[in-house]
Amino acid sequence: MSENKNVNKSKGDMGGPGGGPMGSFARGPVAKAKDFKGTLKRLLNYLKPQRISFILVFVFAIFSTIFTIVGPKISGWAITRLVEGLVAKFTAMGQNADFVKAGKAANVAIPSIDFPYIRNVILLLLGLYLISTLFGFLQQYIMAGVAQKTVYNIRRDVEDKLSRLPLKFFDARTHGEILSRVTNDVDNIATTLQQSLTQLITSIVTIIGIIIMMLTISPLMTLVVILTLPLYILVTALVAKRSQKYFADQQKEIGALNGHVEEMYTGHKIVKAFGHEHDSIEEFKNINDRLYNVGWKAQFISGIIMPMMRFVSNIGYVIVCVVGGYLAIQGKITIGDIQAFIQYSNQFTQPIVQTANIANIIQSTVASAERIFELLDEVEELPDAQNAKVIEFPKGEVKFEAVNFSYKTEEPLINNMNIDVKQGHTIAIVGPTGAGKTTLVNLLMRFYEIGEGSISIDGVDIRDIKRGELRNMFGMVLQDTWLFNGTIFDNIAYGKKGATEEEVMQSARAAHAHHFIKTLPDGYNTILNEEASNISQGQKQLLTIARAILANPTIMILDEATSSVDSRTEVYIQRAMTELMQNRTSFVIAHRLSTIRDAELILVMNKGSIIEMGNHNELLAKNGFYADLYNSQFTGAALDNEVI
Amino acid sequence: MFKLFRFLKEYTLQIVVIVLLIFTQVLANLYLPTLMADIINKGIVQKDVIQTISFLGFTGSYQGVDYILRTGAIMLLISAGGAICSIISTFFSSRTAVGFGRIIRNKLFTKVEGFSLHEFDKIGTATLITRTTNDVTQIQAVTVMIFSIMLFAPLTGLGGIFMALREDAPLTWIFAIIIPLLGIIIGLTLKSAMPLFKLMQVKIDKLNLVLREGLTGIRVIRAFNRIDTEKVRFDAASTDLMDNAIKVNKIMAFLMPIMMLIMNVTTVAIIWFGGIRIDEGKMQIGSLIAFIQYGMQILFGFLMLSMVFIMIPRAQASAIRINEVLDMDSEMLDPQNTILADKESGYVEFKNVSFSYPGADHAAINNITFSAKPGEITAIIGGTGSGKSTLVNLIPRFYDTTTGSVLVDGVDVKEMSQENLRAKIGFVPQKTVLFSGTIADNIKYGKDNATIEEIQHAANVAQATDFINGMTEGYEHVIAQGGTNVSGGQKQRLSIARALVRKPEIYIFDDSFSALDFKTDAKLRAALKSETAKATVLIIAQRVATVMDADRIIVLDEGCIAGMGTHKELLTNCKVYHEIVSSQLSEEELA
Repeated sequence: MSENKNVNKSKGDMGGPGGGPMGSFARGPVAKAKDFKGTLKRLLNYLKPQRISFILVFVFAIFSTIFTIVGPKISGWAITRLVEGLVAKFTAMGQNADFVKAGKAANVAIPSIDFPYIRNVILLLLGLYLISTLFGFLQQYIMAGVAQKTVYNIRRDVEDKLSRLPLKFFDARTHGEILSRVTNDVDNIATTLQQSLTQLITSIVTIIGIIIMMLTISPLMTLVVILTLPLYILVTALVAKRSQKYFADQQKEIGALNGHVEEMYTGHKIVKAFGHEHDSIEEFKNINDRLYNVGWKAQFISGIIMPMMRFVSNIGYVIVCVVGGYLAIQGKITIGDIQAFIQYSNQFTQPIVQTANIANIIQSTVASAERIFELLDEVEELPDAQNAKVIEFPKGEVKFEAVNFSYKTEEPLINNMNIDVKQGHTIAIVGPTGAGKTTLVNLLMRFYEIGEGSISIDGVDIRDIKRGELRNMFGMVLQDTWLFNGTIFDNIAYGKKGATEEEVMQSARAAHAHHFIKTLPDGYNTILNEEASNISQGQKQLLTIARAILANPTIMILDEATSSVDSRTEVYIQRAMTELMQNRTSFVIAHRLSTIRDAELILVMNKGSIIEMGNHNELLAKNGFYADLYNSQFTGAALDNEVI
Repeated sequence: MFKLFRFLKEYTLQIVVIVLLIFTQVLANLYLPTLMADIINKGIVQKDVIQTISFLGFTGSYQGVDYILRTGAIMLLISAGGAICSIISTFFSSRTAVGFGRIIRNKLFTKVEGFSLHEFDKIGTATLITRTTNDVTQIQAVTVMIFSIMLFAPLTGLGGIFMALREDAPLTWIFAIIIPLLGIIIGLTLKSAMPLFKLMQVKIDKLNLVLREGLTGIRVIRAFNRIDTEKVRFDAASTDLMDNAIKVNKIMAFLMPIMMLIMNVTTVAIIWFGGIRIDEGKMQIGSLIAFIQYGMQILFGFLMLSMVFIMIPRAQASAIRINEVLDMDSEMLDPQNTILADKESGYVEFKNVSFSYPGADHAAINNITFSAKPGEITAIIGGTGSGKSTLVNLIPRFYDTTTGSVLVDGVDVKEMSQENLRAKIGFVPQKTVLFSGTIADNIKYGKDNATIEEIQHAANVAQATDFINGMTEGYEHVIAQGGTNVSGGQKQRLSIARALVRKPEIYIFDDSFSALDFKTDAKLRAALKSETAKATVLIIAQRVATVMDADRIIVLDEGCIAGMGTHKELLTNCKVYHEIVSSQLSEEELA
C-alpha cells in the first residue's frame, strides 16, 4: 500500500537527458474535495502539535535544496578556469611554435592551468554537497516521525468517534464503506505527508532557485528555456485528460470482474450443483476481454507521458547547446556557463513535473481528509445524563409505558406498547419476521432511542441510567453469533472482565460446549480464525451461550439463539438456562413454540404492535393469531391429507 | 515469477520488437551528449576551423555558428527518432503487459472453477478471491515496470559506460569505484528495510482485522460493555503500526540523500581528474562535459534498476500464490470412461460409507448404509455436527467417500461424469446462495431454457408467488449481490424454486425450511409432496413436524446411524429419536 507509492516517488531527482519521474500520472481519476480550503485548514491543524518539528523540516528542506542548486554554477567556475588555462596554454604554444620545434620549449614560459584554484573550488563544492546531504537526510528523518504521529492521532480520533456513534449510523452503512475511510483514506494522508509535502517544498524552491541561477548566467538563455515550459503543460494536459477516461472505464471493469469472481467463488457449491461452471467461465472471459481493451489503452496513454517529457526535455537541451554555443562564440558566456546551463535545464524538468503531479495528489488527499472529517462530524449518541444512576442490586422488573418507536419516521413500527414484567419472569416474544421483535431488544439495550413513552427497570427510566451499567444488567445471545479472532477461552471470557479459568469452564459446561471444546486439538486454546469457520454454526452458538452464562446478568435476552442448535442439545441448554433463569427476568425471541411454552407471559407481535398477550393456555383458548401459529406446526400433516 | 512468463510465449515477437526499440531509444539518448561535445569542441573552441558533418548520407563542411546550427538540427532529428521509437515500444509493451494479466486471470479462473469443494476448503475462499484479483494486478504492474525500466535502465547504464570509454578510457575508472559503492549502499539499506516492509503489511492487516471485528460485533461489544477493551486493542495495533512505519521511513530517509551525494561527488571527481587529463593533452573540454552527462545517465540507470528490485519481491510473493493455485490439480476428476447411468431413475444407495475430512481424527460419518427409491421421502435428523450435511454432500459428489461407495441409479458416482450426475439432482443447500440478477434469472439457474410457465409453476410450489407479485417488477426484480434485498425466508423459497424448475430425479433439501414460519413451512411441504411425488426426496431437518411423515427416517448421532425406520417405529425403538421428539412436542401430542 503505502510502500508502493513511497518507491514510486522518491527516486529520480537527478536528470540526464533521459531522466524523469515515474508515471505517477498513472494513478487514475482524482477525487475532488468539496470544501478545499476548509478541509485543508482542518488537516493542517492536525500538524499543529508537531509544528516545531515541521518547521525544522521546512527549513532543512529549503537549505538542502539551495546548496544543491548552487552546485552547478560553482562547478562552472572550475570549468571556466580550466578552459582559460587551456586556451592560454595553446595560444602560448602556438605563438612559440618555432621555439618548440627547435626544442627550446623549456626556455619559454608556458602558462599552466590554474589547478590550485580549481582544487579550492572543488573542495568548496564537496563541502556544500555534504551539508546538503546532511540536511536532506535530517529533513526526511524528522518528517517520518511527524507524518506518522499525525496519522496516528487522526486514527485515534476516528476510533474514539466510532465508539460514540449510535447504532443507527452503523446500520445505515456497509462495513466496507466505514473501513475504507479509516484505512484507505488515512493511508492516503500518511503517504502524502511523508513524501509529497516535502517534495512540494523542494520542488518549488528548486524551480525558483534554478531560474535565479540561470538568470545570473544569461537572461537570454533563461528565456529560451522557459519557453519550453508551455510544451510540458501541453503534453500533460492533452495526454493526462485522455487517460482519465480510460482509467475510469478500467476501474468499472475491474469492479465488475471482482464482483463476478467473488460471487462465483463464494457460491461455488451452487455453481457446481447446477453444473454452471462453463457459463461462469464464459462470463468471466467476456469481462476480462473488456478489461483488456480499456486496460492497455489506459496503460499506453499514461506510458507515453514520460517519453514525451523526455522529448521536450531534449528539445530544451538542444536549444541550450545551440544558443549557448552561439553566445559562447560571441564571447558573451563561457563554456563553463554552458555546462552549468545544461545541468540546470536537466534539473529543471524534474521539479516541474513533480509539482504538476503534486497538485493532483493534494487534491485526492484533501478529498480523503474530507471523508474522514465527515465521519468525525457525525451526530453522536446522547451522552449519559449528568447524574446518571446506578441500580445497586437490580431485581429485573421491566416496564414499558406507552412506548412509540420507528426506524424511519414515515414507517411507524412500535405503537403504544405497554408491558409490565415482574422479577424472574420469562417473557416470550413471538411473531412473523419483521414484526418488531429484534427492535424490542434494540430499545431495551438503548441501542436506539425511543420516540415517546418510557422504559424503566426497577422503576428507574433507562435514560437515567449510565449506558454501561444498563448494559451490564443484560445478558445477550444474538441470532448471528459474534466471535473474534482469539482463543475460545478469550471469547467466552469476554462475558466477564477478569474471569477465572474455573469460571470459564463452568460456563462452558453449563452450555454443553465443554465436550466439543475438549475434542478440538488445542482445546480451550484453539484460536478461532477470522470468520470463525473452524467450528460449526451450532458450536458457535454454544460458545455465545457460555459467554452469556458467564456474564450472569440480571436480565437475559435470547434472540432466536438456539435455532441452529439441534433440538436435542437445545434440551440440555434449556435445562441449564431454566436453572439460570430462576429469579432472573428473561426475554426470549424464537420461532420455536416448544421454547416458548413455559413462559409466564407471551407477547404476540405482528407489524409492530402487540396483538395478543397472555400465557400459552390462555392464548390457545383465545383461538386467535397465536393459536393459529401453534396449530399449524402440528396440523401440517393433517393439511397434507386434505390437499391430496 | 519467471515460471509465469511461460504464458508470454505468444507475445515473443512483440517482446523482441520492444527490446530492439528500447535499444534504439537508448542509443539515441546516448548519442546526444557526444554531439554536444562536438558542438563545444569543434564549434566553439575550434570555431575558426572548418569541420565536416556527415549524417545519413548527407555531407557538408561548416564552421563556427553554421556548424553548431547543423549539429543542433541533427540532434533534434535524433531526439524525434528516439521519441517515436519509445511511443511504438510503449504501444507494444502496454498490450503485452495487460495481455499477460488477461491470460493469467483466465487461466486462474478456469482452474478454480474446476476445483472441487475440497480444494476450496484447503486454500480458502477469501484467499482464492484475492489471488485472482489483487495478486494478478500486482504481477501486471511489475511486468509494466519491467518493460519500461528494467530494459531501459541497464541498457542506459551499460551504453553510458561504453560511450564514456569511447570519450576517454582511463577516466572511466571512476565508475569502477562509484558503481560498486552505490550497489553496496543500496543493498545494505534495502536489506535492513525489506523485512520491515513485509512487517508493515502484517501490521496493516492486523489493524484492519481489529477494525472489522469492531464493526461486525458492535452490538456484542456494546452489550458487554467492552468499548474500552476494544479501544485498547485498537490502540495497540495502531501504535505498533506507527512505530514500524517510522522505522521504515527513517531508514529510507537515508537512501536518497546519499544517492545524490554520490552523484554529485562523481561530477566533482570527473572535473578534477578530467582536468588533469585535459592538461596532459589527452582529452578535450567538450568531452569532459559529455563525460559528466554520461556519468549522470549511468548512475541514474543503476538507480532505477534498484527500484525495480524493490518491487520484485512483492510481485514474487504474488507469483508464488498464483502458481500454487495453478499447480493444484483437483483430486476429483471424471474417470477416463464414464458410465451413463440411464437404466434406472432416482435410486440412491449408500454402501458402508465412511468419510473423514482430510486431517481430521474422527470420521464425520461412519459406516452408513441405506437406500432410497423414487416416490419415497427419506428424512435425516440428528444433533449438531452429527454428519447430516456431510452425508448428503456425498451424493452430488462434492466430496469423495473415504471408504464405501455411493451409488446413484445403480452406478458408483465416481464412475459417472460429474455433469451427468448433477443433472439428476436438485440441490437446496442449508445456506442460501443467490446470484446478482433478476428473480427469473435465479430460478432459471436450475434449468437454462425454462419457459415462463415453468418458472412460475416452480415459484408457485415454493410458495414464492405471493411475495414476487408483491414486488413492483415482479419476476424482473433485481437481486443485489449476496441477495441482501430479500429476506431470509424469501431467499430460501427462491432457492427451492430453483431446484424445482429442474424437475430432477433426486431432490436434496438440506434444512431448507428453517427460515420459514410454521404456516408457510406446512403449505410448502404440502405442495412439494405432490410436485415431487415421482422423485426421490431426501430431507435434512430439525423440526419433527417436517420429518414425521417421511417414508424413512434416518437418525444420525455422532456420524453413525442411531436408528432407521418410520416415525412410529423410531418412537419406540430409538432413544435418540425419542429425546429429539419429546423436546418439540408435549406429552399428549406424542401419543
